[in-house]
Amino acid sequence: MTTAIASQSLTLTHDLPLDCGQALPAARIAFETYGTLNADKSNAVLVCHALTGDQYVASRHPITGKPGWWERMVGPGRPIDTDRFHVICANVIGSCMGSTGPASVAPDGERYALRFPVITIRDMARALIALINALGIERLHTVVGGSMGGMQALSLAANFPDRAARVLAIATTARHSAQNIAFHEVGRQAIMADPNWRGGSYYDGPSPDAGLAVARMAAHITYLSEAGLTEKFGRRLQDRPDGTKGAKSFGFDADFQVESYLRYQGSGFTQRFDANSYLYITRAMDYFDLAEEHGGRLGDAFAGHAMGKGARFFLISFDSDWLYPTAESRHVVHALNAVGAPVSFVELSAPHGHDSFLLDVPALDRVVRGFLQ
Amino acid sequence: MNGLRADLAVIAGLIEPGSRVLDVGCGEGLLLAELEAQRDVDARGLELDPELVERSVARGLSVVQGDANCDLGDYPDKAFDYAILSQTLQTAQRPDLMLEELLRVGRKAFVSFPNFAHWRTRAALLLGGRMPVTRALPLSWYETQNIHHVTVRDFRDLISAKGVRTEGAWYFSGGREIGTSGANWRAEFALFKLSR
Repeated sequence: MTTAIASQSLTLTHDLPLDCGQALPAARIAFETYGTLNADKSNAVLVCHALTGDQYVASRHPITGKPGWWERMVGPGRPIDTDRFHVICANVIGSCMGSTGPASVAPDGERYALRFPVITIRDMARALIALINALGIERLHTVVGGSMGGMQALSLAANFPDRAARVLAIATTARHSAQNIAFHEVGRQAIMADPNWRGGSYYDGPSPDAGLAVARMAAHITYLSEAGLTEKFGRRLQDRPDGTKGAKSFGFDADFQVESYLRYQGSGFTQRFDANSYLYITRAMDYFDLAEEHGGRLGDAFAGHAMGKGARFFLISFDSDWLYPTAESRHVVHALNAVGAPVSFVELSAPHGHDSFLLDVPALDRVVRGFLQ
Repeated sequence: MNGLRADLAVIAGLIEPGSRVLDVGCGEGLLLAELEAQRDVDARGLELDPELVERSVARGLSVVQGDANCDLGDYPDKAFDYAILSQTLQTAQRPDLMLEELLRVGRKAFVSFPNFAHWRTRAALLLGGRMPVTRALPLSWYETQNIHHVTVRDFRDLISAKGVRTEGAWYFSGGREIGTSGANWRAEFALFKLSR
């Protein structure tokens, strides 16, 4: 993986306190902005990215050259309209696209690697708050995110209730389930089983790309639906390199199209992502449980929003998402109702599984546009 | 109250400014939008159809997609000053239990429903010998969502059996309010304001 240069970055002049008890010195936060901040700084929309996402929400990725990951949602005239809103998207701490993470150089001049402290979703939210403080933004118009981005939005709302007027959490959860943790553990073990991983100190040699690719392949399956995979690939066979059309190899080549697709996803991912970042960020997601420090009462986590004093919330789930199914969103809605916070919820029908939030779902565009009115 | 259906206009006129209101089966949020704009009401909705939820949210309303048959349980006791159930009671799996839930989450409730004892309905059944298809009940028996047809008299019996207090009753025909005399014959729709 290559280190990217972000177009803007903020280096904190104070130590960033972390849930683990340590503090991160001189943390760097790489971010992108779109649209103009108005005079009273009331039109800022903070977009939080998912596990392997980055700050390039609506601009070309510097390594892959691909369009921004949410260009269908963010841009001029789009549901999150950059003609109207000042959109901010920052790379989470622990990641590898310019914000401080395990691949960054520590104050002692050496790479952090596994000396990087274990971070949490709340630590990511703390870094985002430090960023909007530096930008002079008192209260965000909206904080929005899908998947892990939704976790950050919920964590920001729970821990900093005055800092956002609207909270839009898509295809997400207030806690990682045993199944969620289990899939992440498979990915982490794949990385750590790669001989190139070398206890995380691989930056002077080859990267554990094989392990990281397997981690991505396993995770990618959880982002899709069974019906979506069947429709896209079925049991169709690949054309062989020698030109043979769709025949079994009676070996372990990628005979099936779905195998070839996953291998492509896995190897492409290693070009742009750091294996240690994958370990740290999946760990942060696994530790995420908003109700944990409130004796399991999720409503108490949102006490700052009681009786209409806080933000308006909107949760959206997808009927084909089995990673963070509708019941998880309903759980959050129930908790917000219990404290009397204004909350909307809708389950949208889409065939793409968890990844629906990134894909062509016109109903999602409409509800997001409506909520930001 | 411009543009609202007659029963909703009566409800909108009776809700005090600043109240907390839950509209169960709020549709696209017409009543809630009116209440928020004109009466500074903390308005919430529950609606089954995702497209209607979408339209409500686009109006700036707080609406949760859910099924009134089971999801009212998500709301705390007396979370609202008013719980509203307009033209939905007859579609409930158990109208009696839904009534209980309404008066649990709301201090007071407004309930409106089509009156199956309206003379047109009676005539259609008596003379035609078929399930009535009328202005108030426009769909055939096999496609209607109305699974528990109810008359004004039935409803009065239910609320008295439940010990629920009637704070007011309004009757409608042809989209206009009519008097109370002979309501069980004359009313196409009825609206009750209820409390415990």
